[in-house]
Amino acid sequence: MSAPSGIDASFAGRTYPATRPYEVGREELREFAAAVGATHPAHTDPVVARALGHADVVAPPTYAVKVAQLADRQFVTDPAAGIDYSRVVHGEQSFTHHRPVVAGDRLVSVLHVDAVREVRGTAMVTTRNEITTEDGEPVTTVVSMLVVRPAG
Amino acid sequence: MSSTADDGTTVAPRPTFEAAAVGDALPPRTLHVTRADLVRYAGVSGDRNPIHWDERFARSVGLPDVIAHGMYTMALAGQVVADWAGDPGAVVEYGTRFTNPVVVDHERGADVLVEGAVAARDEDTRTVRVELVVTSAGAKVLGRARAVVRLP
Repeated sequence: MSAPSGIDASFAGRTYPATRPYEVGREELREFAAAVGATHPAHTDPVVARALGHADVVAPPTYAVKVAQLADRQFVTDPAAGIDYSRVVHGEQSFTHHRPVVAGDRLVSVLHVDAVREVRGTAMVTTRNEITTEDGEPVTTVVSMLVVRPAG
Repeated sequence: MSSTADDGTTVAPRPTFEAAAVGDALPPRTLHVTRADLVRYAGVSGDRNPIHWDERFARSVGLPDVIAHGMYTMALAGQVVADWAGDPGAVVEYGTRFTNPVVVDHERGADVLVEGAVAARDEDTRTVRVELVVTSAGAKVLGRARAVVRLP
């Protein structure tokens, strides 16, 4: 049943299958870190990262959004969900790191649509991505709230 | 994007949990953001929404001009915390609301001011909660921006 925002609220509570493994590479982390001004050598030098107790070079704190976005696409680009991306504004974002993402990780994400609320035609959609290694070790929980403005 | 600590320092010793006190201020930082920075972030993050690089498109959907990715602003602000902590892997939680866009002018770019302070300590987990105030052109761009950091 579609609300004035066009979004199908019955998607709330839905859980999607785990995404295919995403392999995190050292050079990708180097590029991401440089793009956000993250200059700490633990992003680029495995020796420094290991001295701090990490298995390999570490990702900046918001890097996991890349992995979450891939999983989110299953929902936000599903025509049946009714989300018009040109009307989407990012409302809130949070990361809980059970441990830092490091190079060499093979990450999978399980997407949960936690809530779809609508107030006067504006919808608020909350998704949660539980990112783990392929073996199921918890890595990061990523919660995103998208605001979908009314059409017109 | 370039960054300078407002007090002129670039490297600080890692704070310890014992020494960290509620009210301690993090070194504030002013970050200059240009369109080129946004294009670079679009590339590495995979978020290629044209509102972040195409002025004509941004205006056509009712925005004042090109705006920065919320996730880019969040990443820049988080860097202030990671640098203070001395280990980017020490940021165990990080969340925010996106309250106003960072509007990035073609010629002048935008300046983002990041300030932060320790707001709470947790003896059990040896973590502190840092609250950030992030503004651009006088407007608060991140709301309830807070990070939980594990200290040695």
